[in-house]
Amino acid sequence: MSNTFSRGDVERVARLARLELTAEEKDLFARQLAEILAYAEQIQQVPTEGVEPTSHAGDAAALRDDRVVPSLPREEVLAAAPDADPSTGLFKVPRVLG
Amino acid sequence: MDVPIDVQSIRDAVARREVSAVDVCRAALERIAALDPVLNAFRFVARERALARAAELDSRRDGQNLPLLGVPIALKDNMCTRGVPTTASSRILENYTPPYNATVVNRLEAAGAIIVGKTNCDEFAMGSSTENSAYGPTRNPWALDRTPGGSSGGSAAAVASGMVPLALGSDTGGSIRQPAALCGVVGFKPSYGRVSRYGLLAFASSLDQIGPFAASVKDVALVLSALAGHDPCDSTSSQVVVPDFSAALASDGDLHGLRIGVPRHLFREGVDAEVMQAFDAAVEVTRNRGAEIVEVTLEHSPEAIPVYYVIATAEASANLARYDGVRYGYRADDATTLGEMYDRTRGRGFGREVKRRIILGTYVLSAGYYDAYYRKAQQVRTLIRRDYDRAFTNADVIAMPTSPTAAFKLGERTEDPVQMYLSDVFTVGANLAGLPGISVPCGFTTTRIPIGLQFTGRTMEDATVLRVAHAYERATSWSKERPVVAPELSR
Repeated sequence: MSNTFSRGDVERVARLARLELTAEEKDLFARQLAEILAYAEQIQQVPTEGVEPTSHAGDAAALRDDRVVPSLPREEVLAAAPDADPSTGLFKVPRVLG
Repeated sequence: MDVPIDVQSIRDAVARREVSAVDVCRAALERIAALDPVLNAFRFVARERALARAAELDSRRDGQNLPLLGVPIALKDNMCTRGVPTTASSRILENYTPPYNATVVNRLEAAGAIIVGKTNCDEFAMGSSTENSAYGPTRNPWALDRTPGGSSGGSAAAVASGMVPLALGSDTGGSIRQPAALCGVVGFKPSYGRVSRYGLLAFASSLDQIGPFAASVKDVALVLSALAGHDPCDSTSSQVVVPDFSAALASDGDLHGLRIGVPRHLFREGVDAEVMQAFDAAVEVTRNRGAEIVEVTLEHSPEAIPVYYVIATAEASANLARYDGVRYGYRADDATTLGEMYDRTRGRGFGREVKRRIILGTYVLSAGYYDAYYRKAQQVRTLIRRDYDRAFTNADVIAMPTSPTAAFKLGERTEDPVQMYLSDVFTVGANLAGLPGISVPCGFTTTRIPIGLQFTGRTMEDATVLRVAHAYERATSWSKERPVVAPELSR
């Protein structure tokens, strides 16, 4: 595992995360993430062969019946959106294809 | 009119009609108005809503038995309140007013509490100083040039300065306990699953837990009884029966028969000398109350911080994908395509620390790195849980300093993420293992900055943790000390 984290790495991951970054942020994050990953490297030294991963700390999630119950009123939900068409009940977004 | 300051006395006085809920509410609102220009503990004060609710309680004839009747409470700004702005201190939710209540809001109001406002925090609860708020930092009531800790710094400062007797925070890696320690109040992170998180804006779902701040352990126990219990809207909330937390506090503060584990091997470096001194003195107090002090080992604790930052950022990168400018919150309005709208909305709506964590979390989950970072961290998490299981065969609770240092200065750690992350070195373990943990005041530095003592217990043994903390608190007077924020403003 290498501890370098380049500006190109930041750009690649930012694309995956759908995050526009400024040039300054790309440089800053490349430097800081290299430091954070170098610090995180210590977990590689811990022997974990055959150890089950823990994904959550509680009991197993409680199951419930799959029943239809009332949800939030559509008009109130749409009212919170940056752009919506209440008459058709749709969220509006810019065109999908560039 | 003298308004009592502790929760039980307020409740009793309102129930006996010695004071009205409206008067109690007004006193809190006045104190907020006087102090908040200095402290910036509040994001939003719900003045009219709170007064209307207080008037309604005063007009009811059946309110005498409500456990939190007329008690003002502040909520961290990451808990949804219907009709009241909820921003998580982020620009991306600047204009968001939720159409629904978090379960804790409904439970508090059913118990007679009055929500007076929303408190400042690190953006999406990511931070240890409240400096990552998009709306300016909160100041520590004990020293205005210092941070209140974080991420629930606004809630801690609001209780410490006497604006409200109660507040809720959320704790993902220490975000209730660390600010409680830095502000000299009591802060409790319940066991994972003890309190419903429905309506809490999610940061890291396998770690997040809601809990209270108060001036005493007794007040924490009172509000916890109102909050705890299974909620069908949160499938991770536990079905384990909720005990009477107030009844669990031993009235005589006796600790005979109780074993307190101390992992001394973790204190060899990085812990401030004054913090260590206060901690050692606190352990002696519990010994004098009858507790047996035993040495315990938490072998993998040194790895807890990196494990935490891999897991928490991975989960955050998934949870924060929902903020895309489509259904709520901010949208960049200069994009011509959907993809551009996503990129710009998120790039401009999120602050630096949130973006840093989304990048880190996305990276550790990405192809080629998942096994080396994310899966590895989950395996070490298992080892950390096993360490606690082993320690709890020899001890009933574990005592540690809450934070390795007292409150640090504003700006001191903002340029160095790793240094900031180390603030949580003693608190993240409880989140990784799902354990209950409390911070209680245990002294001051020579410059009169508070120091906190942490007790951690077995999962779902929240009552034991409260009992020990209460016994310690009874034997000392640290919890009674209050800061004077500005002499001309004090009551």
